[in-house]
Amino acid sequence: MKNYRFSATVTAALLVAFGTAGCGNSDDTASPAASATAATTLTIKDPWVKAAAAGEMTAAFGVLTNDTGADITVTAAESPVSPMELHEMTMKDGKMVMQPKEGGFVIKAHGTHELGPGGDHLMMMKPSAAIEAGDEVTFTLKLADGSTVPFSAIAKPFAGAAESYAPDMPMGSSAP
Amino acid sequence: MTSRRRLLAGAAVAGLGAAAGAGAVTVAAGDRDTPVPAALDTTPDTGTATVAFHGPRQAGVSEDPPAHAAFVAFTLAAGVDRRALARMLRLLSDDGRRLTQGRPALGDTDATLAVLPARLTVTFGFGPGLYRAAGLPSPVADLPAFRIDRLERRWSGGDLLLQICADDPLTVAHTQRMLIKDARPFAAIRWVQQGFRRSPGVQAPSYTQRNVLGQLDGTANPRGAAEIDPAVWHPDGSTTLVVRRVRAEIEKWDMLAVSDKENAVGRRLESGAPLSGHQERDEPDFTALDDSGLPAMPDFAHVTRAHVTDPALKILRRPYNYDGVPDAAGRPDAGLIFAAYQRDIARQYVPIQQRLADKDLLNEWITPIGSAVFAIPPGCADGGWIGEQVLA
Repeated sequence: MKNYRFSATVTAALLVAFGTAGCGNSDDTASPAASATAATTLTIKDPWVKAAAAGEMTAAFGVLTNDTGADITVTAAESPVSPMELHEMTMKDGKMVMQPKEGGFVIKAHGTHELGPGGDHLMMMKPSAAIEAGDEVTFTLKLADGSTVPFSAIAKPFAGAAESYAPDMPMGSSAP
Repeated sequence: MTSRRRLLAGAAVAGLGAAAGAGAVTVAAGDRDTPVPAALDTTPDTGTATVAFHGPRQAGVSEDPPAHAAFVAFTLAAGVDRRALARMLRLLSDDGRRLTQGRPALGDTDATLAVLPARLTVTFGFGPGLYRAAGLPSPVADLPAFRIDRLERRWSGGDLLLQICADDPLTVAHTQRMLIKDARPFAAIRWVQQGFRRSPGVQAPSYTQRNVLGQLDGTANPRGAAEIDPAVWHPDGSTTLVVRRVRAEIEKWDMLAVSDKENAVGRRLESGAPLSGHQERDEPDFTALDDSGLPAMPDFAHVTRAHVTDPALKILRRPYNYDGVPDAAGRPDAGLIFAAYQRDIARQYVPIQQRLADKDLLNEWITPIGSAVFAIPPGCADGGWIGEQVLA
């Protein structure tokens, strides 16, 4: 998506952009906002979020890129729309299930880390409102050094990757 | 390239193929050397070639038509309003700008199918129903009924059109699938028409396309920006599209002698030359008389009825053939997906179609079975979305 240069103080739950923050640019990389606390070293490319009904678990995806010479750890994700967790997929009793990622996502120096259906993802535990196809949702990644990476992702209808959630959560049936 | 193509086209029409020079190769065919145009587009570039998605005008109109097309018309779901339309079009525009450049769409479950765009274009059309849903006046209206119409609902109308064109049918199929998935929360499929032209490399693009009745189709098209712009494009980058599904009554057509076919059309079948002339691009002369003292161009012939002299009143035809499954008796389900671009449907398209409906001998062998009209909104800049000028 476009260079979503959102202020770290953005509070709107859903930014349904008409005309300005549209879809389209050449590099598809959401850069961190120029804010005192924002990291300038981690970017997320091609971010998107699976559209979901209010209260229904869903997830955000993209490719994290570390342009520095040192490993970067994403310790948490936040969104005004929903409580969030960092999740990974793992094999349990012969089934792929998702569970919280202990220690967060480590993106190696000069490396990339893909968040996608069926793999690591940014889990939205309980959206307070429906995330409709075409909506833009804002997020903030928190890094181990205390800095943050805000970005925005477009919501897409997506039927795939209906994984189950390991810690016996009854709401997990429709999760990505 | 343009001049070489023109040379090839002229040479072939005039039967001077051997003189075509650098663009021609010679192959042995039987006991004589038959010059054929060099295969201009058979390099691997065919798969990786791209057409820009962003710009003041949408792609998929002025360019030489790629070999394959899917016209996908949608009916908007109840309750889809202006804001929802904007959400839908942002999603679909994002898919279009990625897929046309050979990149997977976001959430593309078959990303490997996205890497060979083959001149893929995705062109958005807005039917009258889309403007109604948005609470806006529509710049296009359904065509008047014509005497010759046998329209079927399953091929007619539509609130949103996606015209997907590429030189490869798998690319078209993948793009169609991706766009339909992303449109699904907003709209249902109304109809899909899939069509084809000659494959890349078979003929230079300057050659006029043949339809399934064997006729050269598009000879009188405006060519180049100087002719196309005043006929097709509004200054704001918008245009309009008429899509007609025209069934070819091929079994009846088969019964005609070549001369009868040529009289119905007003052109020689092989060369495409008007019956008053010698070469395809010769202007028809409606005052010329044949040996028997009758007009060389019969007044009931298709070309006579369709002819437009004012360049600003011409239409840009971008047709695709269709050839479905024959019935048990072997009768074909074939015809033309007639797609015409023009600034103003009422001023340019309707008078031509009215003259054809009133009197055109070719009506004996063609039947319009589908009809739809769409406004083609301007293109969008990098960072924008198709329809933003209308809906934002």
